[in-house]
Parts: sequence; C-alpha cells; structure tokens
Amino acid sequence: MSADDKPGPVRPEWPLYEVFVRGKRGLNHVHVGSLHAPDEQMALHNARNLYTRRNEGVSIWVVRAEDITASSPDEKDPFFEPSGDKVYRHPTFYPVPEDVPHI
Amino acid sequence: MTTTAGEAPPEADRALQADFDTKVAAKQRIEPRDWMPEGYRKSLVRQIAQHAHSEIIGMQPEGDWIASAPSLRRKAILLAKVQDEAGHGLYLYAAAETLGVDRAELTERLIDGRQKYSSIFNYPSLTYADVGVIGWLVDGAAICNQVPLCRTSFGPYARAMVRICKEESFHQRQGYELLMRMMEGTRSQRRTVQEAVDRWWWPSLMMFGPPDADSPNTQQSLEWGIKIDTNDALRRKFVDMTVPQADKLGVTLPDPELVWNEDSGQYDFGEPDWNEFKQVVSGNGPCNAERVARRRAAHEEGAWVREAATAYANKHRNTQEVAV
Repeated sequence: MSADDKPGPVRPEWPLYEVFVRGKRGLNHVHVGSLHAPDEQMALHNARNLYTRRNEGVSIWVVRAEDITASSPDEKDPFFEPSGDKVYRHPTFYPVPEDVPHI
Repeated sequence: MTTTAGEAPPEADRALQADFDTKVAAKQRIEPRDWMPEGYRKSLVRQIAQHAHSEIIGMQPEGDWIASAPSLRRKAILLAKVQDEAGHGLYLYAAAETLGVDRAELTERLIDGRQKYSSIFNYPSLTYADVGVIGWLVDGAAICNQVPLCRTSFGPYARAMVRICKEESFHQRQGYELLMRMMEGTRSQRRTVQEAVDRWWWPSLMMFGPPDADSPNTQQSLEWGIKIDTNDALRRKFVDMTVPQADKLGVTLPDPELVWNEDSGQYDFGEPDWNEFKQVVSGNGPCNAERVARRRAAHEEGAWVREAATAYANKHRNTQEVAV
C-alpha cells in the first residue's frame, strides 16, 4: 500500500504489486489490495485468483508498489490547499433564480 | 509509513498523538502512512496476523474432506470454500504488510509457534457433518466477530474485512444447507449431525475469546477502534442468532442452562470450559501439533515452487533485456 518508504523485507521475497480492478465496462479501475508475485504476468494471474473469484471485474491492472509516487499522507497538507479557497469552481457558487429552467 | 515515536521532539509527538486521537474519536480511518502510536501498530500487527493465520490454518479441518466429499457438487462447493479461506488469509497478510511487517516473517512466526491462530481449528473434523457444522457455527461465529470489524479504525484491515464478510455468507449458508439435507435423511444421518453439533458448540462459543473480566487488552483495543464489541457481547449475540437456527434445523444445543430469558429478551446460557480453552490456546488441543506441522511441511516443501517461479521470472527478464 505505502509505496515509497516501506522497510525492505528481511529476506529476498517476491516484489509487492498493487492491484486495480475495473468492476464493469464504463467504470474506473479501483485499488483493491496488494499481493506478491515473481513477475508482472504471475501478478496478473494471482490477482485474477485472489480478487476476482466472483466476477468482480472485467479488467485488472497490476503495478509494482515501489513504482508508485504518492502525495503526503496528511490530508490537511498544504499540497491540497490551492483548491480549498476556490469556491467559484463549484456550481453552487452562482445564485440563479429558481424559476430559470434546466440549469 | 509509521513514524517512530523516538525521532520526533516531545511537543511534535504530542501534536501527532492528538491528531491521531481526534481521527479515531471521529471514527475516521487511520491509513498506513499516517502517524500512529507504536502500541497501536503492534496490537494491529498481532491481531491481523493472528486473524490471517486462522484463515490459513482453517483450511485444514475442511481440506481433509475434499478427497472424500460425498458428491461432485459437495466437492466443488468445498473446494471453493477452502480456496476462499486462502484468499482471506492473503487479504489479511496484505493488510498486515502495510504496517511494515513482512509476510514471510509472519509465516515463520506461525510455524515456529511464536504467533497464535484461533483455537477452534485445533479440533478434528470427524465426519462430513462436521463440514456442515463448521460452516454453520464456526463461520457463523466468525461473521459475528468480523462484521463489526468492517468499521475498525485501520483502513486496510477494515477494507479486508468488508471483502471477507461478503464471502463468509456463502460459507455459512452452504454449511446450513448441507445440514438441512442430512436432517432429511436416515436416523443415522440425523444422529451424525447432532453429534457434530455437540462437538462444535462449545468450541464455537470459545471463538469469541475469554470472558471480558479476563481480557485485559479489551479496553485499550476498544479505545483504539480495533475492537468494536467486547467478547461477551459478541458471544451473547451469536447465541441469540443461533438458537432459532438450531430449532429450525431440528438439533439441540448441548447446554442444559440454555433458556430464554423473558426479562432480558435474550437467552441465558452456560459457561464454556475455560480450562479447556486455555489448554487449547497454549498448544495442548487435540490437533495443535498436527496443524502446525502440516503448515510447516506445506511451506518448506513448497519452497522449490517459489524458487522456480523466481528463477523463471529472472530468466524471462534477462531474455527481454537482451532482445531490446
């Protein structure tokens, strides 16, 4: 799950992959969990067996956990501040009379 | 990842602790890279690992019957169920790994006897009715335990529990349906079901852990949101859920003190044999040695498969690099 600063395994282990599943056509791939596998192909097969035993998906992505770059964990981080004060990005910022149709 | 407490100056540490406490109190989830108290991390690792080990060891009592299933239908069902248990173990090991431990290390701790698993899996499954009763009572008790844990404070653990609970429902129903079918059979088949119920009832009640008075960590775990209900509360809930199911099935539960209490609106029931529980937890149950030995054998005898897969992956990678 955490991509960048996980302590290394105590012995040579299969690398960690994060698994993303598209539930059905038209939906985004969503992170569902992780697994270990010796390579990408076996990671895909393991993910099929582990995360889609009951038709949970139509498409799977696997990504080496160490290849993911993540933002800081704290949601109050200044990283997200630029969007905090821009209320004019939301439709509710603009009052429109109730009797104006279709808007 | 976890920030270790020792590195930060005391005032920064207090701010982190306060922030953590606020999140937990507001029922927000703690995620792996958030700061968390070391005790919280350790308790979670122990709890999730124990839970994962239980799923993996839990494959054995039922796995014993796969080759002797009475029909192809039952065999397919049992295979799917045991495969689910493996999957549940893997979801949970993955959740534990987000806390900075290594799955291989957890497996070592299990087969060295340094970490425990649920006491229930140290009992033998003597007949096919045991497969049904394990589904009905053991998975029923597990569901009772696990549904509240879908709201536990640690995000990856809660998400794993959501997946697991969805799948457990099939486990319980297939068990109950198997027993209903057997109860339609001969007198001997009905007796087999009743005897299996008699064997598993008390161990199932023990799955909720010792009485609250003997469970010193409960209070802290409740405050941290890694436990949602006390052992006794869950045990009581399980009894209330199960008695009508037993009536409908036509079996009796082997507890002479089990009686409806009009005043409390719940069942009164007897005390499990806590000495037996202590014995089984400390390694002296009927199957402890066998279960761990089998897990060790599977791990050690499977080493060549893991090595071969690694060798294949390396060879494949090298070939690709040459071709580029």
